[in-house]
Amino acid sequence: MSEVIQNEKVIVFQLKDEEYGVPIEHVGSIERMQGITRVPRAPRFVKGVMNLRGVITPIIDLRERFNLEQEEYTESTRIIIVTIGDQSVGMIVDAANDVVDVPQNQIEPSPEVVGSVSADYIKGVAKIGQRLLVLLNLDKVLSEEEFDHLSKVKS
Amino acid sequence: MESNQYLDIFIDESKENLQVVNDELLNLEKDSTNLAIVDEIFRAAHTLKGMAATMGYEDLSDLTHKMENVLDAIRQEQIAVTTEVMDVLLDSVEYLEHMITDIAEGGTGAKEVDTIVTKLKAIESGETVQDPASETTVTHSVSNALSIDQFERTVLQQAKSDGQFIYQIKVALSEDCLLKVARVYMIFEVLEQSGEVIKSVPTVDALENEEFDQHFDLILVSSESSEDLKAKILKVSEVSQVDVDPFDFESSSPKADVKEEISATVEHSTSSSQQTEESDEPKKAAGNKTIRVNIERLDALMNLFEEMVIDRGRLEQISEELDHSDLKGTVERISRISGDLQNTILTMRMVPIDQVFNRFPRMVRQLTRDLGKKIDMQIEGAETELDRTVIDEIGDPLVHLIRNAVDHGVETPEERQQAGKDGQGQLLLKAFHSGNHVFVQIKDDGKGINQEKVLAKAIENGVITDEQSSTLTGKQINELILESGFSTAQEVSDISGRGVGLDVVKSTIESLGGSIEIESELGQGTTFTIQLPLTLSIISVMLVVIENETYAIPLSSIIETAVIKKSEIMKAHNKEVIDFRGNIVPLVDLKEVFEVPSEKQTGDEFYSVVVVRKGDQMAGLVVDSFIGQQEIVLKGLGNYLSNIFAISGATILGNGEVALIVDSNALIK
Repeated sequence: MSEVIQNEKVIVFQLKDEEYGVPIEHVGSIERMQGITRVPRAPRFVKGVMNLRGVITPIIDLRERFNLEQEEYTESTRIIIVTIGDQSVGMIVDAANDVVDVPQNQIEPSPEVVGSVSADYIKGVAKIGQRLLVLLNLDKVLSEEEFDHLSKVKS
Repeated sequence: MESNQYLDIFIDESKENLQVVNDELLNLEKDSTNLAIVDEIFRAAHTLKGMAATMGYEDLSDLTHKMENVLDAIRQEQIAVTTEVMDVLLDSVEYLEHMITDIAEGGTGAKEVDTIVTKLKAIESGETVQDPASETTVTHSVSNALSIDQFERTVLQQAKSDGQFIYQIKVALSEDCLLKVARVYMIFEVLEQSGEVIKSVPTVDALENEEFDQHFDLILVSSESSEDLKAKILKVSEVSQVDVDPFDFESSSPKADVKEEISATVEHSTSSSQQTEESDEPKKAAGNKTIRVNIERLDALMNLFEEMVIDRGRLEQISEELDHSDLKGTVERISRISGDLQNTILTMRMVPIDQVFNRFPRMVRQLTRDLGKKIDMQIEGAETELDRTVIDEIGDPLVHLIRNAVDHGVETPEERQQAGKDGQGQLLLKAFHSGNHVFVQIKDDGKGINQEKVLAKAIENGVITDEQSSTLTGKQINELILESGFSTAQEVSDISGRGVGLDVVKSTIESLGGSIEIESELGQGTTFTIQLPLTLSIISVMLVVIENETYAIPLSSIIETAVIKKSEIMKAHNKEVIDFRGNIVPLVDLKEVFEVPSEKQTGDEFYSVVVVRKGDQMAGLVVDSFIGQQEIVLKGLGNYLSNIFAISGATILGNGEVALIVDSNALIK
């Protein structure tokens, strides 16, 4: 009996010059940029909340989250709405361009250092042809404790 | 499982029946000779038992059965209603409650009932030993098909004195009968020509729904002879057997052989028919027709309506911009209709506060016994209605306050007599509507709040400083007991003062958008008044602008808005304050609090101020400008952003933008 290779479908998005992937089952929708209401005294990477078809949805800026330099939002900027457990959160990314199948056996554990992103957020790295996909651990991306921890280390 | 679809109904009705048992038991204790109350308890307990047995919850039906035995002994006046008996009965109710809760949470309802069953048995046998035989027959006749209640008994007595015969008729349809309902109908028609059917088991409703096997029993009042009746019934086809016997209701112990069999076969339908009767009774009495609606559907309706409110806001805005008179008229009409609709939907979600209140009498009874106090508890306005969301939250704070009143408020009988008061304390729980709010009062005639002690304690625990203490009003001192880190109980007792203070009560009530006030007179008693909003989902707000951002301030906390000259602002303690109608009111600059990115330096001559209050305290919130008043739908920020300072939620405005709702309570210290 040959081993069945499990494929994982991921949404591919761009941040700075790297490509990231989030499992498609966590993605509710992909939205264009729209009005975001700032929430005072929220964590730094939380841009605010927006009206997503009648539901108030918090929006986080992934560049800010990963401590990448800020850039103006462009025509290609997208908000990926992800759902983890009972939380629904939008993530601002530079562009969302693709859906790919990632064979399980192509995923390697996260290397010690990948760019500037702390390895904690990374579930693994997948190589598909010439492309390198950083697969995110959404729980860690959203959690505030992690952020607190980081800022403590920095200061 | 097939019975799953009935589970919800079972749980609902069991709770109702148990509540009846509970309430009536408490009534019985006050009026122990009134056997009508026992009947009432009995009926509810019996329905409960029947349903539990049908659903297969054996422990539940067992325990109820044992309770029934004791109740029956009381009804037969074999046992006196003593405090000990009541204790055990109420304990049993508590056990039953646990079981039902367990079932509701997906459990099996199994529970260790041996101890309580033993106690019940002890009561039952302890007093009924002299007459064990009658005891057993009575128990049987209870689950028996043809037991008659007092009303029926009176009717029968009446009939008998009129010289009519009373028959007990047992009809069996043939096994292969297909149209049982039709046969039943025909039999009834025949009988009603000859006399009057007083009772049927199963009930007529159940019979019409074909909820019986092959047999049913009737009690008939008629002037005809039993042979004639029998012949008439047998004329109906597919009737296999008819027994017509005189019915002796006085002894109420009919022939056991027939009965046994029936009670076994019709147990299910008896109980279900009884329960329909029961649930119908109060409704008929009220003259209303009601239906049970799943709360989720109401929530869905509310959500849809909330969407509509948002679009209504949007329509209003568009019609303003377009300035078209027909459109304006139509939009106005829509606004008015949706306003009415909102009221209707809100009232649909209202439930009587009795749902919360009804558990208190037993609690108070238990507490008073544990503490050796005497308290007469009165409940007023239990029919006052509140939104379900508020009801769900208000229970725990009330429990806390009532425990507090019983433990710390009302004195022991000796202390009371020394103070020249009646040995029995009074505790009043009262709910009433006023404006857009519901008030709940807990009033005791106990020793009141000792302000000197409170002050000393507050200073000792660092709640306030010495200097502050001299400036406080009596009311403010009373309210110190609501502060965190405060507890006046000299020693920590089991009832209250277990470390969690009244501050939890205060914060819960405030999180519901309500407030709490205390009035107290030393030696005379204490009154806690809780003010609650009618609903939590749609509120009136004042929209204000700060730079480019729009915020909503709940109208319920606003006293008024004012425009103040810069020169009128004074400084105290390095803080900006204003003189507002004789009160010194501190100013809170929302721009600073909310860290609003500011481009221009404000050189305005005038400040726009919203004066808000929390209890007796006020604050002036400085904003850039006012937009106006609007009805908005309160939405949460979601789990992800749960603890944002001074923001209680968000709403979607007419233009689709999100505005944050200011929690002014958090801004007043």
